Amino acid sequence: MSKRFVEQVGQLARRSVVRTARQPANIVFPLVFPLLLLAVNSSGLQSATHLPGFPTDSYLAFALAVPFMQGALFATMNAGTDLARDIQTGFLNRLALTPMRGVALLAGQLGGVMAMTAVQAAVWIIAGLILGVHFAAGAGGIAVIFVFSLLIGLGFGALGAFLALRTGSGEAVQGMFPVFFVFLFISSMAMPRNLIEIKWFQTAATLNPVSYLIEGIRSLIVIGWDAEALALGFGTALLIAAIAVSLATFSLRTRLTRS
Amino acid sequence: MADEHGIVATGLVREYKKGPRAVDGIDLVVHPGEIYGFLGPNGAGKSTTVHMLTTLLPPTAGTATVAGYDIVREGPQVRAAIGAALQEAALDPLLTGREHLRLQTTLQGIPRSERARRGELLLERVGLSQAADRKVRGYSGGMKRRLDLALALVHSPQILFLDEPTTGLDVQSRSALWEEVRRLATDDGVTVFLTTQYLEEADVLANRVGIIDHGRIVADGTPAQLKADVGRPTVEVVPTDSEEKERAAAILARFGEPCVAVQGVAVRLRTSDADLAEIVRALDAESLKVENLQLHQPSLDDVFLAKTGRSLEGAGEEEEEPELALEPA
Repeated sequence: MSKRFVEQVGQLARRSVVRTARQPANIVFPLVFPLLLLAVNSSGLQSATHLPGFPTDSYLAFALAVPFMQGALFATMNAGTDLARDIQTGFLNRLALTPMRGVALLAGQLGGVMAMTAVQAAVWIIAGLILGVHFAAGAGGIAVIFVFSLLIGLGFGALGAFLALRTGSGEAVQGMFPVFFVFLFISSMAMPRNLIEIKWFQTAATLNPVSYLIEGIRSLIVIGWDAEALALGFGTALLIAAIAVSLATFSLRTRLTRS
Repeated sequence: MADEHGIVATGLVREYKKGPRAVDGIDLVVHPGEIYGFLGPNGAGKSTTVHMLTTLLPPTAGTATVAGYDIVREGPQVRAAIGAALQEAALDPLLTGREHLRLQTTLQGIPRSERARRGELLLERVGLSQAADRKVRGYSGGMKRRLDLALALVHSPQILFLDEPTTGLDVQSRSALWEEVRRLATDDGVTVFLTTQYLEEADVLANRVGIIDHGRIVADGTPAQLKADVGRPTVEVVPTDSEEKERAAAILARFGEPCVAVQGVAVRLRTSDADLAEIVRALDAESLKVENLQLHQPSLDDVFLAKTGRSLEGAGEEEEEPELALEPA
C-alpha cells in the first residue's frame, strides 16, 4: 500500500467525517432515536424477563445490543446518501478526473462511516454502563463489541455505498431505510428466538442474518463468552461485509466509466 | 492534422442505449495555447463531447487525442494533462474553499510540502482568500465557479476544459472569469476548450469557434471568418399583416437574395453598405405597412441561423442533453 494511497484514503475519510459532523441531524438522530427506543422497550418489556428461559433478568441488558444495529442502519443511510449526492452534483466526476484510485474513494467513505460507528458504539457502551448494565464478558467483551460494531458498520456502510453507486439517487437510498427496519423488527431484537411462539416469526428471525448480529453482541453483554453466538455473529458480519464491499467495488468500477 | 499538444478528434460518436446519438461524428482540432469556443444550444452535444474528451465517457465510435494521448487507451495520461470545470460547479457545500483545495492537492499527488502553498496561491489568484474558510454553501454562483476553476488548476494542466463556466453568472462575475481564462491562455499558454451557449462569450473570448447542433459541428473557424462566411448584412421585415409576407419578400428581393428569417421575411443585402433608407422608401412606395424592420450585422447567431435554419436563442428548448449513461450502447 503506497504512501500516496494512504494519504488519499485519509483525506477522503476525513472529508466523510467532517461532512457528517457538519450535519447535526446525521449525528443526533442516530444517537437519540436508538436511545429512546431502548428506554421505552426496556421499561415496557421488563416483565418479559420472567419468562422461563429468558437469558437475563435485565431487559435493558438484553436490549442494549439493538442500538448497535439501529446505528448501523443510520450509518448505511448516511453513507449512501452522501455518496449519491456526490454523484448527483458531479463531485464524483471531479474525483474521477484525479489520479485517485477508485478503491481509495470507497475506503475513505467507509473509513468515515466506521469512525462514526466507533463514536456511536462508545456512546451505547457508556450509556449501558451508566444505566447499570453489567457486561458479562468484562472489559475484553467490551473491546470485542467495539470491533464487532466496526465490522457491522463496514458491511452496512458498504451496502449504502452500493445502493448509491447502483442508483445514483439519494432518494432511492433513503427508500431502502424502511426495508432495513423491517429486517430489524423480524429478528430476535425483542425476544430470544427460542421464546418466539409464532412459528412464521420464529422461522423468519432464524433466517434473518440480523438476528445473528444482535445475538453476537448480546451474548457478550448477558452471557459472557459464547463461542457459538460469536462465531455466528462474526461469520455473518464478515459475510455481509465481504458481499457488500464486493458489490460496492464492482458498482464503483461501473460508475467510474473513465478510460 | 496531428497535434501533439492540443486536441484532435476524428469521427467522435456517442450513442445512448435508449436515447439519441448525442454526438454524431465530430471532427475537430484545437491548437496548443488557443481558446476554442464550443458553441451550441442546450442538448446540442457539448457536454457529452467534453465528457468523452476528459475520459469520463467512452466514445461509441471515433478517436481522439488530448495532449497527444489517446482518450480510450491512455486515460490516466490524459487526466494528468488536463484540468476540468464541468457544468454545475461540482463542489461539496459542507466543505470550505480551503478544504476543497487540500483534498484536491492530495488527490492530484502534489507533494505534501507544496500543498498549502499551492492552495493559497490559487485561492489568491481567483480572489477567494478572504472566503477560504467559509463553507461553500454560503458562496455566490460566481465564487463557486472561481473555486471550481482553482481546483481545475491545482496540478498546472496543459489543457483546461470549461463546460459552460459562466452560465447563471451576473455580468461582473462573467467578465472576471473571462479575464482569468484569457490570462491563462496568453500568459500561461494553457489550451482552453470552452463550451458555451452564449454568443458573446464565444465571440469575445475564443480564438476559434466550433458551432455544434444535434451532435454535429456545423461551422468551425475564427469568429471573424465565420461571420465573413455569412457575409453581408441582412434586412428583416415583419409586415403588420402577416398575409403580406409574400409581397414584402418581393420588394426585398430587389435588394438582395432571400435568407432565413426569424419572424418575417429577410434578404442578405448585395453590398455591405446598402442604404436602409432606400428599402424603407420602396416599402412605402408599395404602401406596405411594416410592424418591424431591422438591419442585422452578421453575428455568430446569424452563422448558426444560416447553418441550421434556427436561431441559437431558444434552440435548446427543443431537446435537453441526455444524462450520462452507465455504459456505452
